[in-house]
Amino acid sequence: MTDTIAAICKLLEPFNTNGTALRAETDISTDLNIDSVTVMDFVMEVEDHFDIEIPLNVLSETRTVADLARVIEARTQKA
Amino acid sequence: MVDLLDKHRPIADRIARMLAMGVNAVGVTNEKVMSPTRAIIDGRETILAGTNNYMGITFDPDCVAAGQEAMATFGTGTTGSRIANGSYALHRELEAELARFLGRKHCIVFTTGYQANLGMMSGLAGPRDTIFLDADSHSSIYDGCTLSGAKLVRFRHNDATDLDKRLARSEGEEGGRLVVLEGIYSMLGDRAPLADFIEVKRRHGFQLLADEAHSFGVLGPHGRGLADEAGLEADVDFVVGTFSKSVGAIGGFGAGDHPLFEVLRYAMRPYMFTASSSPVSIATSLAAVRKLAAEPWRRQKLRENSARLHAGFKALGLDLGCDEVSPVIAVKCADEPSAIAMWNALLAAGVYVNIAVPPGTPNKLCLLRCSVSAAHTDADIDRIIALFGEVVAAGHSRRAAS
Repeated sequence: MTDTIAAICKLLEPFNTNGTALRAETDISTDLNIDSVTVMDFVMEVEDHFDIEIPLNVLSETRTVADLARVIEARTQKA
Repeated sequence: MVDLLDKHRPIADRIARMLAMGVNAVGVTNEKVMSPTRAIIDGRETILAGTNNYMGITFDPDCVAAGQEAMATFGTGTTGSRIANGSYALHRELEAELARFLGRKHCIVFTTGYQANLGMMSGLAGPRDTIFLDADSHSSIYDGCTLSGAKLVRFRHNDATDLDKRLARSEGEEGGRLVVLEGIYSMLGDRAPLADFIEVKRRHGFQLLADEAHSFGVLGPHGRGLADEAGLEADVDFVVGTFSKSVGAIGGFGAGDHPLFEVLRYAMRPYMFTASSSPVSIATSLAAVRKLAAEPWRRQKLRENSARLHAGFKALGLDLGCDEVSPVIAVKCADEPSAIAMWNALLAAGVYVNIAVPPGTPNKLCLLRCSVSAAHTDADIDRIIALFGEVVAAGHSRRAAS
């Protein structure tokens, strides 16, 4: 597990109300059974943790923890 | 073959669970509507306290007469968009009247309030621009943002410091920046802290749009909304509003002072590719806007009614959506089943309010949402308070005791 994925899983824990085992392949919305607004709230926590901007447009193609990690890594490197 | 509707099964199941508990809380039928505050629902006369009929203007004799005359004069429908079929004199007249009311140079009317936001967001911002939107924005703002193709950045609700931080992160990027706020937020009834946001605007530079859907007609000395109340209209570049609340019709508007504003008519697909508002809706809106200007007692009465309901709920110890008094007064419930049960009990006792559940609400809240009308009598307000006392406050203490 990379550092980014570990950090995402830690940030995801408060949103994990159904006890899903969090890993790279976890689908954030469907596995955790959280609605679209909650996903956006979670992403705000991610943005603040990494001090980056993740525009909502990017989220439509971001489903798993690994997808999100790729977005974060691309944006932290750019910054 | 994948059945396209399969993905909606969880929604169907949720509706079925709701129905099993009583009446369809999200599909009520008004069998007859007698006044802005009374309808027959399930054969019972019911006090309407969830219809956003803030000015209580829907049965105003002058508005009704204006609609009847417009239908007789201009017919039942416009059968096309304004850029294809042309405008009716009434559309122009309403735009001029609204511009006058708002103290703005330009105004464009839309067929619905939803389309006003779709049109304004997508007309103002394009794929190279960034829209910063409040996390609690109405769905029409989110959908308009998506339609625009702009980069979308969501900031924490009513948090100017959070917006400031996000603007700083995007400093130096190409394209324009549009910030979108609402005058009164429809679920909790709280207002945007406009002065704080305008302070951020002065430092960063962006164009600001205020959606006054729930505050138009309601707030400010002239009833122009939150910016009027705050005395900061000059700092707000664009205003959006709807005719389906204080105006008591259907439609919406966008307004501003920008010298190029009129070009938006040729750049907003939700304006260009839909039929223009019906003569009846435009004529009743025109009559209603004139009344908002001429009859400030409506705003005053609405404020008194809102304060009475807010104080009554406070005295019952209910957990409210916000501390400021506004015509949107939301009561927080413990969870969805208890909200549905209380909503059913309130309806059976003769008061209609809205039930609001996630994801339609912020912070996963389950709400019984009231909207106050200037047409409510003191007795109506007291009856609503008494019923909330019997159904909601009593329910809370029963749960606390068990």
